[in-house]
Order: sequence, then structure tokens, then C-alpha cells
Amino acid sequence: MDKKPRLPILAGLAIIPLALAGCSSESGTPGAGGSGNTLTIVDYYVNEPDQKFVLEALNTCAAELSVKINRTGVPSKDLMQKVLQMSSSKTLPDVLMLDNPNLQDIASTGGLAPLDQFGISTDGFAPGIIEAATYKDKVYGLAPTVNTLGLFVNKTLLDAAGLTPPTTWDELKTTAAALTEGDRYGLAFSANATHEGAWQFLPLLWTNGGSEDKIDSPEAAEALQLQVDLVNAGSASKSVVNWSQVDVKDQFMAGKAAMMINGPWQIPALDADPNLVWTTVQIPVNRAGQTSIAPLGGEVWTVPQTGNKTKQALAAKFIECITDDDNQLALATARYTIPTRTALADEYVASLPVMSTFTDQVATARSRTGLLGTGWPKTATQIHTGLQLALTGKATADEAFAKALAG
Amino acid sequence: MASVSTLTTRGGSPPDSIEAHPSLESAGTPPQAPRRRRKPERITKLLFIVPAALYIFAFFAFPVIKNITMSLQEYTTATFFTGEAPWVGFANYVTVTSSSLFGPAFLNTALFTAGSLLGQFVIGIALAVFFRRRFPLNGFLRSLMLLPWLLPVIVSSATWRSILDQDSGILNQFLTSIGVIQSPIGWLSDPNVALLSVILVNIWVGIPFNVALLYGGLQDIPEELYEAGALDGATGWKAFWHITWPNLRPVVSVVLVLGVVYTLKVLDVILGLTNGGPANATQTLAVRSYQESFVNFEFGVGSAWSNVLILVSLVFAVLYLRSNRRAVDE
Repeated sequence: MDKKPRLPILAGLAIIPLALAGCSSESGTPGAGGSGNTLTIVDYYVNEPDQKFVLEALNTCAAELSVKINRTGVPSKDLMQKVLQMSSSKTLPDVLMLDNPNLQDIASTGGLAPLDQFGISTDGFAPGIIEAATYKDKVYGLAPTVNTLGLFVNKTLLDAAGLTPPTTWDELKTTAAALTEGDRYGLAFSANATHEGAWQFLPLLWTNGGSEDKIDSPEAAEALQLQVDLVNAGSASKSVVNWSQVDVKDQFMAGKAAMMINGPWQIPALDADPNLVWTTVQIPVNRAGQTSIAPLGGEVWTVPQTGNKTKQALAAKFIECITDDDNQLALATARYTIPTRTALADEYVASLPVMSTFTDQVATARSRTGLLGTGWPKTATQIHTGLQLALTGKATADEAFAKALAG
Repeated sequence: MASVSTLTTRGGSPPDSIEAHPSLESAGTPPQAPRRRRKPERITKLLFIVPAALYIFAFFAFPVIKNITMSLQEYTTATFFTGEAPWVGFANYVTVTSSSLFGPAFLNTALFTAGSLLGQFVIGIALAVFFRRRFPLNGFLRSLMLLPWLLPVIVSSATWRSILDQDSGILNQFLTSIGVIQSPIGWLSDPNVALLSVILVNIWVGIPFNVALLYGGLQDIPEELYEAGALDGATGWKAFWHITWPNLRPVVSVVLVLGVVYTLKVLDVILGLTNGGPANATQTLAVRSYQESFVNFEFGVGSAWSNVLILVSLVFAVLYLRSNRRAVDE
């Protein structure tokens, strides 16, 4: 007879797993609540060899400041979602790495602490990266190194054709046409339907005097016409609308493209093939006299608003450490990126001459969010939509961006 | 498990278990007065429902409600930190429906779903019927059929991307070498062909699901029906139309409805192959929802797109329920 009253207990027990599941979600997320001198760090360097080099820098600074670190690597495509999730559950790490175009977005949420309150100097850094890390006149992050885009040329093919690397768009077109042969294209670039496509278009846009806040300008149309001409002439593959920058590098390495627009982070991969002889030049300009302006890439390290003032001050010291001269040079040399302190440029190029083109380029490079701030993701979408419309023949170069702007 | 054994031992030797579980016992003390017995019984019933109700609320109702409220708010990256999301009424839905991609995304979703289902189902049922025969390596080949299902979609779509590449893809090279095409087709770079390519890959992904379910359905059709049919002259196509098809209909309706729901929401295949390009040729409702939310960080607009998608799925779910009820009535 006393069997029935038992049942509520059973039903109650059945809920326990649910309750447990609710509690367990906290574990594994880095939080600010760690012990005294442990800093939690989140970054997206999950691939070797980058992870190894970055960990070395982190450990160096941990030893220097005598703190322990608890570092989590999140794949780059998941980082923003992870950061948003951490900010809503108030579990932001003490030190957070962000891709520079995302910084203003996160800073605008109030989730980051401005670095001036910790007395960190931002003098001596390249203006482009400070611009990228600035939101409403406050600097929120610093980058030890940055990267940008340039034109890689297959030296063997170029020499065989008796040509020199192109410096203007006209030369780019003729050189690409001359180097196109059989199943090999003269040039490879990325114009895919992601922000990568937009990032690769920026050097053409900016060099020609265009601006990302007015992409339906004649300067932008002219820059787009260059890409359209290259594809229509058969000097570049129609597949550029699908290629990521990794695909572009693969085409170049496979000998299916004689030139490519890409960044210095591909150099370790290129060096893996001893038979591939290449050189780099700045991205050509439309008319002689123009300055080649490329976009600035790279990651900035920030101090999230965790509420723990002492930890935040410690985290700021940590960021000061990874962006100091020694760590900048170590990371730049290992990862083929460019130090952000302009005073280091000469020393760096002297030790790694292959980086001279990119180091010069960084001096004038612009950040993607400097002008538009949190509006950049939307514009990036409009830019790659415009590229795709024109390159697939759905619109002319003159009307493509206006169509893309119309949404 | 532990709680069940408690129940059985309890029935056998009450004194022991009372001591062993004093807290349980006090909670479940038998009622003193008989007239109060009904109340614990009702609580018992309710408690039985609680776990399921909690589960349904946490994993079904809450996300749906959250998605609907989100679509009525200006929900951006800042919201995650500050928790502030101003109400904007139906502004996000206006953004969605007035977007120049609304029509194309709707049409592409319909074409993608219809094309994928048709291909998957026809090939699936043909293979299922084929595998009913006895032949050497039948079991081995059938397990190989599951391969597309076992591969992570990111892996298979990367592989397909290289197969379908315009210049060096093996498909174009094969078709050119046997003389079917003269110039390479831009499978993924031509806006007029890209949707078809994406559908073809999705058909490949979906065949194992169709074969597995339809093959299972075929196994349930008694062999005697075919024997009896054969005596009356129903073999081959006739046997299929008059014996297999009518007996398979319940399975077919499940396969098709699940297929519609699974295909409407396909995102990974498209992101892996084209990212919605070229020139938005493969934009679907699911891709729009993803890109607005996780590329442009416009979570309000993104959830409005996904609610449109949910609404479409709901139509098919209702159709399924209605067709099921009719089957029961019959």
C-alpha cells in the first residue's frame, strides 16, 4: 500500500540529471574567477606552427611577470560566437585576443577596458593598427605583429618570359596575359562570397582613391573593372569567385597561377617547396604616382571588463609584455608577420629581407574598421556581393556596387 | 536504475530500506487520513509529467520563444554584454521581406528542397529495391552506401568543391575527355549552374538516409504477397506498382516529410560549397539566417529569417500530421 507515495520520489530523482546538466555548463569555460595570480587567456591560434610560437611568447611573459596562465585556443571561425557567449555569461577571460576588424564591435558593447586607464603607452605603434584598436577615441587593444597583402610572383616563370614584376594595373594585365599558358593562369586572387573576398579587394579600391564608405563611386568601379578584365581576358580563373586565400596559395604552389595576391602568412607553406622560386612586390597602382595602400590584418590583445581590477591591471601588464620589442621581433620572425612598432622595421627587415615588401606596405596600410567602425561587416558583405555580381556577369562593374548597396 | 531497485526491495523488506533511506521515507510518508489520499496521487501524476515538461520547455519551447522575441528586438553584439535589446516591433520582418534576396532565397529554398528530395527519393528507392535481391557482397555494398552519411559534411563538401572545380576539377576533366562537353562547366562559379551543383551534392548526402529507411520498409513486406502476385502474373514493374508501392506508403510518407524538414534547414553543404554565392545564386532561407546572425551580427534580422523558415517547416509538419490522421481514420 505504500508503493504509490514512492512515485513522487522517483519522478523527483528523474529531474536530477537535468539539474546537474544545468550546473555543469560552467566548467571548462575560462572565467575571471581563477586563483590569485592566474590569468585566463583566449586566442585563436589553434594551428601549428602558429600555436607553438604564440605559446612561447605567452610563456615568456608569464615568467617575466611571474603569473600562471590558463590559455584556451578557439578556432577562428568560432571565436566571435564564443566571445559573445562568454560576455553574456560574464565569463570573459582576463586577456582576450580579437581579430582586429572585430575589436570595435566588441568594444562598442562595453565589454573591453580602455588601455589608458592602466597607464599603457601606445606611442611608437604603426598608426593603422592603433586606428583599428580605437573605439570612440580610446585604445582598447595592442597587436605585437600585423600582416597585409602583396603580389607574389613566380620568379622562374617571370624570368623565362623576360618580364619584370608589374607595378601598374596595365602592366598587371599584360604580365598576367603573357604568363597565362595552357592550364596555367597569369594571376590568382580571392573574390569569394566571404569577408576574404572583400579584404582582397580593398588594396585595389584604396590604391585607386576609393573609399569603403562610398563603394558606388567611379574609383571603386574602376578597381572592380580590373578584376573583371583579368577574368574576362582569361588571365585569371572564373573560379576566383569560389577561391579562399588558401585555395589561391594552392593554385600558386601547383604552378596553376604565375602570380597571386596573398599575405606573408603563406610564406612558410611556400618555403616548403624548394623548387618554387618567388618574389613579392607591392600591389600595383592604377596610375603612376598613386601610393599602394593595403589593408592591415592581424590580431589585437585586449583586457575585457571582468570586474576584477587587480587582474585587469595584471592583464594590461601582460599585454604590454607581449607587445614589447623582444616579443614583437620574436613573433614577427617566427610567424612572418610585421612588428607593429615602426622603429623595429629596419632591424626586422635586415634580419628577414624576404619581408621587406610587406614591412614597407604596413607603413601606409589602413585598417578595415578605421572609417566605418562597427559598420564594416555590413559593407564587407556589400563589397563581396558586388564583386560576385560583376565577375559572374550578372552586372557590369559600373552598376555592381550600386546593386549590392540596394541589398 | 537505482531508483527502480529501491522500489522493488522496498516492497520486500520495508524496515531495512526505511533505515537506509530516511530522507526518502520522510518525503513519501503514507497519508494519515484516507480522505487526503487523492492529493498526493495527483501530485504523483504531475511529477511524472514534470521531467518531460521541463525537457520540452528547455529544449523546444524556450528556444522557439526566445527566437520569436529576438526577432522583435534590435539584438546586436552589445546585447550580449549589456543585456539591452530595444523592442522594434516588426522592423526586422520588414527588413527581411523587403530585402532583394527574400524572393530569390525563398525560390532557391523551394528548388533546393524539391530537387534534393526528388533525386534522393528516386535513387534511394531504386537502390533499396535493388538491394532486396540476393547477390554476393550485398551486405558489404549496402554498408558502403552509408559512407556519405558517416563523413562529416565539412569534409565531403571540401572534397566536392575540388571535384567540381572549373579548371582542375575531376568532373570537368572526365566529361571533357569522353566528349560530353566541349568547354569546362563552372559548376560552382557559374550562377546559373551553382544551385544545381549544390542540389546534386545534397542528393549524394541524402541517399543513404533514403535507402536505409526504404530498405527497412521493404523488408517488412511479406514475401508471400510477391509469391501470390507472381502466380497471378504480377512480376517486375507490375509487382512494384501493385505490391511494393502500396505497402511502402507509410514509410514513404515518413521519409518524405523528414526529408523536407531536414532539407529545408540544410546549411553546412551550402556554406561548404559556395557560401551562398556565386552572386547569391545559392542563397536559401537558412543561409540568410546564418549570415545575418553570425557574419553581420544582426541577430534580430537573423532570427526573423529563421522564423520564416520555421513557419515553412510548420506547414509541412501540419500536412504530415493531417495525412497521418487520415491514415488512422481509414
